[in-house]
Amino acid sequence: MTRQVPEPLLGLNGLSIAFGGLRAVQDVSLDVMPGTLTALIGPNGAGKTTLFALMSGFLQPDSGSVRFNGADITGRAPHLNARAGMTRTFQIVQPFAAQTVRENIAVGAHLHEPRRAAALAAAEAVAQRVGLAPQLDKPAADLTVAGRKRLELARALATKPKLLLLDEVLAGLNPQEIAEMIPVVRSIADSGVTVLMIEHVMQAVMNLASHVWVLAQGQLIASGTPGEVTSDPQVIEAYLGPGAAARLQGAHLQGARSQGGHLQGTHLQGDGA
Amino acid sequence: MKRDLAAIVLFTAVVLGVTATADSGVVLTFVMMTLYATLMAQAWNMLGGYGGQFSFGHALFFGTGAYVQAMAQLNLGLNAWLALALAVVVAAGVGLFVGALTFRYGLKGSYFALVTLAFAEVFRIIAVSVGFTGGGVGLMLPLQESFANLQFSSRRGYIMLVLGFVVAALGVTAWLRHSRFGAQLQAVRDNEDAARAIGVDPWRVKLGAITLSGGFMGAAGAFYVQVFQYIDPSIAFGPHTSVEALVAAIVGGMGTLWGPVLGALVLHLLADLTRNLFGQLPGLNMVIYGTVLVVIVMFLPRGLSGVGRSVRDAWRGRK
Amino acid sequence: MLEFGILFPSVLNGLTTGAVYALIALGLTLIYGVLHIINFAHGASLMVALYAVYLLKQHLGIDPYLALPIVVPGMFALGYGLQRYIINRASHGRDENILLVTLGISIVLENLALMFFKSDTRSIETPYTLTTVAIGPAMISLPKLVAFAGALVTSALLLWVVTRTDLGRAIRAVAKEKHGAKLMGIDVDHVYAMCFGIGLACLGAAACFLLPAYYVNPQVGNGFVLVAFTIVVLGGMGSFVGALVGGLLIGVVESVGGLFLGESLGQIGIFVIFIAVLLFRPQGLFGAKA
Repeated sequence: MTRQVPEPLLGLNGLSIAFGGLRAVQDVSLDVMPGTLTALIGPNGAGKTTLFALMSGFLQPDSGSVRFNGADITGRAPHLNARAGMTRTFQIVQPFAAQTVRENIAVGAHLHEPRRAAALAAAEAVAQRVGLAPQLDKPAADLTVAGRKRLELARALATKPKLLLLDEVLAGLNPQEIAEMIPVVRSIADSGVTVLMIEHVMQAVMNLASHVWVLAQGQLIASGTPGEVTSDPQVIEAYLGPGAAARLQGAHLQGARSQGGHLQGTHLQGDGA
Repeated sequence: MKRDLAAIVLFTAVVLGVTATADSGVVLTFVMMTLYATLMAQAWNMLGGYGGQFSFGHALFFGTGAYVQAMAQLNLGLNAWLALALAVVVAAGVGLFVGALTFRYGLKGSYFALVTLAFAEVFRIIAVSVGFTGGGVGLMLPLQESFANLQFSSRRGYIMLVLGFVVAALGVTAWLRHSRFGAQLQAVRDNEDAARAIGVDPWRVKLGAITLSGGFMGAAGAFYVQVFQYIDPSIAFGPHTSVEALVAAIVGGMGTLWGPVLGALVLHLLADLTRNLFGQLPGLNMVIYGTVLVVIVMFLPRGLSGVGRSVRDAWRGRK
Repeated sequence: MLEFGILFPSVLNGLTTGAVYALIALGLTLIYGVLHIINFAHGASLMVALYAVYLLKQHLGIDPYLALPIVVPGMFALGYGLQRYIINRASHGRDENILLVTLGISIVLENLALMFFKSDTRSIETPYTLTTVAIGPAMISLPKLVAFAGALVTSALLLWVVTRTDLGRAIRAVAKEKHGAKLMGIDVDHVYAMCFGIGLACLGAAACFLLPAYYVNPQVGNGFVLVAFTIVVLGGMGSFVGALVGGLLIGVVESVGGLFLGESLGQIGIFVIFIAVLLFRPQGLFGAKA
């Protein structure tokens, strides 16, 4: 039996876009394999959300291509990509404020389900999965930040995506909320959905992702397992500034001598807007 | 959905009951004019309340329906009922055209409102300048009372006609509240980008809404012609009509099933009241409409039905 | 029709009307550029100013040009009050609400005028109403020439205020970055109201220049609203140069269009331009891409 090399579900090739003089994304290429849970990290302003917008069709690239599920979808409209199985969430949550949680999720369910009753039922099921069941009949505007994040996730999930692009689904959550959300994301991935997440919460990235890409100033500067990437000096410098890697190396050696502490588990923030 | 349908049946029964038992011409005229205003408000509500696209030139569709109704009978010799069907279809078609053009280019908010205003003005100018529309003088329908001719000797006949349209509009609005299309339309209204991300095509959905809205508004225009046997460019395409439709919908509560009914009723009561108190002063009606609009937007942005909802929510302890 | 002797006066007339259009549009574009409000009440406000000028002449015998020091501050006060106490309060921060409130105000103003003045068209008579001046083959009425000059002077004045005065600096700061301006101690509500007031004051000036050559009735505002919006959109929302150039351009288009298509149909040309610009180049000639 021939060993088949699996096709990437999502393939970016030389993707670039500039806004005026600002080169937001420069020549980014990466492959997301089906069935994986991967992460895209990088300091604030690195271009991660812009990259999501390019992937999902909200922005047209200046050059480069996006392939999804074997087809070239470069610049294709977002709703068509959603129908093909690629759904994204937003960094700044966008609920349908005037509607209830159930109705919100139902819009996602309606992508594949034309009947109203079935869509509402599907919405209820999805709400159960993400822990929103008690809030089903609340207006979306009444939810807390954590609730809205779950709603964003639920709505995307209801579209039965092949690829789920999660943009900072943990941002703004307190540690307990994060701890509650992580298993939800894992269970989604376990159910067969390929997940690519933009995240700042390193705890989640280390816990969940099998592969990490690092974006800084629009360019891909590292790609590998979470462990590899977080010890990459280039990555450290992207977050903490030039010379930081060397300093940390020095401190690391000192710390290793005294108590063996290391970087894993810290919350790496970007170095500015 | 069942609750909405039951409410619609109840509403119809009440109106029929009042129509059948009322003796006075004043009451019957009031019912007829209120239903007529309701129809216009419902049409606007489909696009504005449920679709989130505020049209300031809805008279565009009204006038189209009116002129088609008149010209089909006068110039083409068509039967009044056929003309009515044609009027609705053509008005819907104009909605489709304007929507296809404006939504394709992503016009929304104030720009959309302005464009609808411009289109209404263009049609008005054309109606004034072109010969076969009767020019500035307008068109008159000869008096020929008969059922086949859609002209009734008593108000009752007209009430049945407009009631038919109002019930149809109620049905369509209820459908918007409980269907996939309606859910997608409201999603686009509430957050277009989020809707796109989960598979909704905003252009198609808005197009559907403006077509429906245009068709019903055209029906109102055709109805006007049958009742008053007259149409001219300023009634057909003028700001008065556009404003009446939108104020009633907003005052009653945009994006609700009964808002337009409530709004039309309240505004008409108000208009009648002021007429009784101050006499028939030209412009007084509109001053009141405008003031009510500003007051409602300032203090009751969800309209009068919003008041009902807030009270109900408080009662249920939700707030 | 294309004879110079006919075309030239038409163009000149178009320019004189266009200058007044430009003044009207300047107020509108200022309001939009700073407050990001599309002021639907602009036409009705012009109508109010025109009636004010009319009444001052009919009942107090004050010549329109001499009425400037009365009407302009009066309109400024009206604008300030409207923005500060009604529009600001009603908006709750939402654009659609502002849209509706300015629409409501325009309805109220227009119909109050209808109630008090009936729908008669009125005009005034001054010793110079019928005077004409010869420019080449064209005979241009004097009031129109004065309107042209007056509009340009007022526009220049407005530009001076916005670029050279402290108020102008505050206005530009608020337009660019509202929150930052607030943090700098600028009273944003006050600046907004000042802007709206200035926008309406422009209408006051325009009315003084307009009435001797024109007329007033309650619906006159409607005619100007769409033209003003067309100019603002054509020139680019928030662009002063755009409003000036656009105004002159539209004035000429209307005049020459009327020459070829007759007055009513000539008006359609303006709206067609309007729709076309909104669809194909919404940022206009000089505006920034939204």
